[in-house]
Amino acid sequence: MKQSVVVLDAANTKECTSENIISVTKKLKDGGNRLITLSSADLGDSIDILYHFDLDLDLADIRVNVPKGKKTPSIASVYPCAFLVENEIKEHFGVDFDGLPLDFAGMLYLDEEVQKTPFCKIGINRVETQKQEA
Amino acid sequence: MARTVLPFGPQHPVLPEPLHLTLTVDDEIVKEAIPKLGYVHRGLEKLAEIRDHTQMIQIVERVCGICSFLHALCYCQGIEALMKAEVPPRAKYLRVVWAELHRIHSHLLWLGLFADAFGFESLFMQFWRIRERIMDVQEATAGNRVIISTNVVGGVKKDIDKEMEKWILETLVKVEKEVNQLKTTILDDYTVKQRTVGIGVISKEKAYELGAAGPTLRASGIAQDMRQTGYAAYPELDFTPVVETDGDSYARTVCRFNEILQAIDLVRQAFAKMPEGELAFKPKGLPSGEVVSRVEQPRGEVLYYIKANGKKFLDRLRIRTPTFANIPPLLEMLPGCDLADVPILILTIDPCISCTER
Repeated sequence: MKQSVVVLDAANTKECTSENIISVTKKLKDGGNRLITLSSADLGDSIDILYHFDLDLDLADIRVNVPKGKKTPSIASVYPCAFLVENEIKEHFGVDFDGLPLDFAGMLYLDEEVQKTPFCKIGINRVETQKQEA
Repeated sequence: MARTVLPFGPQHPVLPEPLHLTLTVDDEIVKEAIPKLGYVHRGLEKLAEIRDHTQMIQIVERVCGICSFLHALCYCQGIEALMKAEVPPRAKYLRVVWAELHRIHSHLLWLGLFADAFGFESLFMQFWRIRERIMDVQEATAGNRVIISTNVVGGVKKDIDKEMEKWILETLVKVEKEVNQLKTTILDDYTVKQRTVGIGVISKEKAYELGAAGPTLRASGIAQDMRQTGYAAYPELDFTPVVETDGDSYARTVCRFNEILQAIDLVRQAFAKMPEGELAFKPKGLPSGEVVSRVEQPRGEVLYYIKANGKKFLDRLRIRTPTFANIPPLLEMLPGCDLADVPILILTIDPCISCTER
């Protein structure tokens, strides 16, 4: 059903694990879904990532819960446009996406002087994460 | 010749917005483009944690000046759904009027900037002169030229009386006539066609796969417009998305030009069918739950994800703007084009970096 506003609940938002997100998004892409974007929210010890898809103006949402400090696969291999929003979430929430084709290393919007992930309620140290990656 | 890396933007004579691209060029042909954002990043989403949900209307109106009303509309729709607030019918029609006025002035602004980008300065001035009529209407109806602060949770806070309605309809007749007078110049001119036809082609499949939005998507042949979902009073109005099929810079220009005429028609329809009645329903309590709200801005689909917990402040506000969605298609258009066409191609997605970086 075409709806401009959708209140999310268990019936219309499917839960998914990090391990399965690639196969789930592949199925959605094969079914003709367009990736709108990803949203994220800090839950304290984990980050909720919502994948928003559209098929003929119908909204479909997939929820993946990623514990802080754990990696989750990038879906840019399935939807190439996802690289930009995955970089944004990495920068703002500290979620590390595995297999990002273009990784801004936390510098898409912010500079090195920003020490902590700004959108987490308790920020993760961005500088240490970058040093570890280097 | 060895490849050269060129920084393009954020300050460039042609760019109205501070977008930065790192271009790799071979002679004068672009081989690769990598974006860099952050020059106007303000972290507005974070303010949702320290401003209550009604104060956030003023914040989201300032995400972007050009589509301030539509940001507030999308946000209010989401909060209304969480608070189960039914918007009065008259408010729904008034929302259509302001939304379409925004579309007209945004597309006129874009057409002017686009003409200026390839040196057609007199055409730029003509489009902006027409746009002033719409800005006058916005000022007269909402009290402000750019930031239209008329949305509230549950409806609108300003009305348009019969006298004002008559004046707006008379103004739109003038706007329609003047826009049509420029049609031949913008769409049939030899120079304009040389700079746009066959330049920056993006196929229907690629536009869809890369998540393009708005005229960038519709100019590639996909008839998708959020107004089809039926928010505000759009279900009561006769509306079919404007679609072009060539997917090039010219098609995107035609699409926006025709959307101006369609928006004028939608304002007329809205006034013709607008019922009398209340302007707003005042909801009680505080919002709770998660919601996704989408509306069609002049540049395309905007998405708001709102997470509320029944307290004064929201848990999370996330805004995905149409320019953010149109950056991957832009990166697809650029490789293979002449360096001289880069500013034109950037403009054809109608970039708003203020929106993109929030």
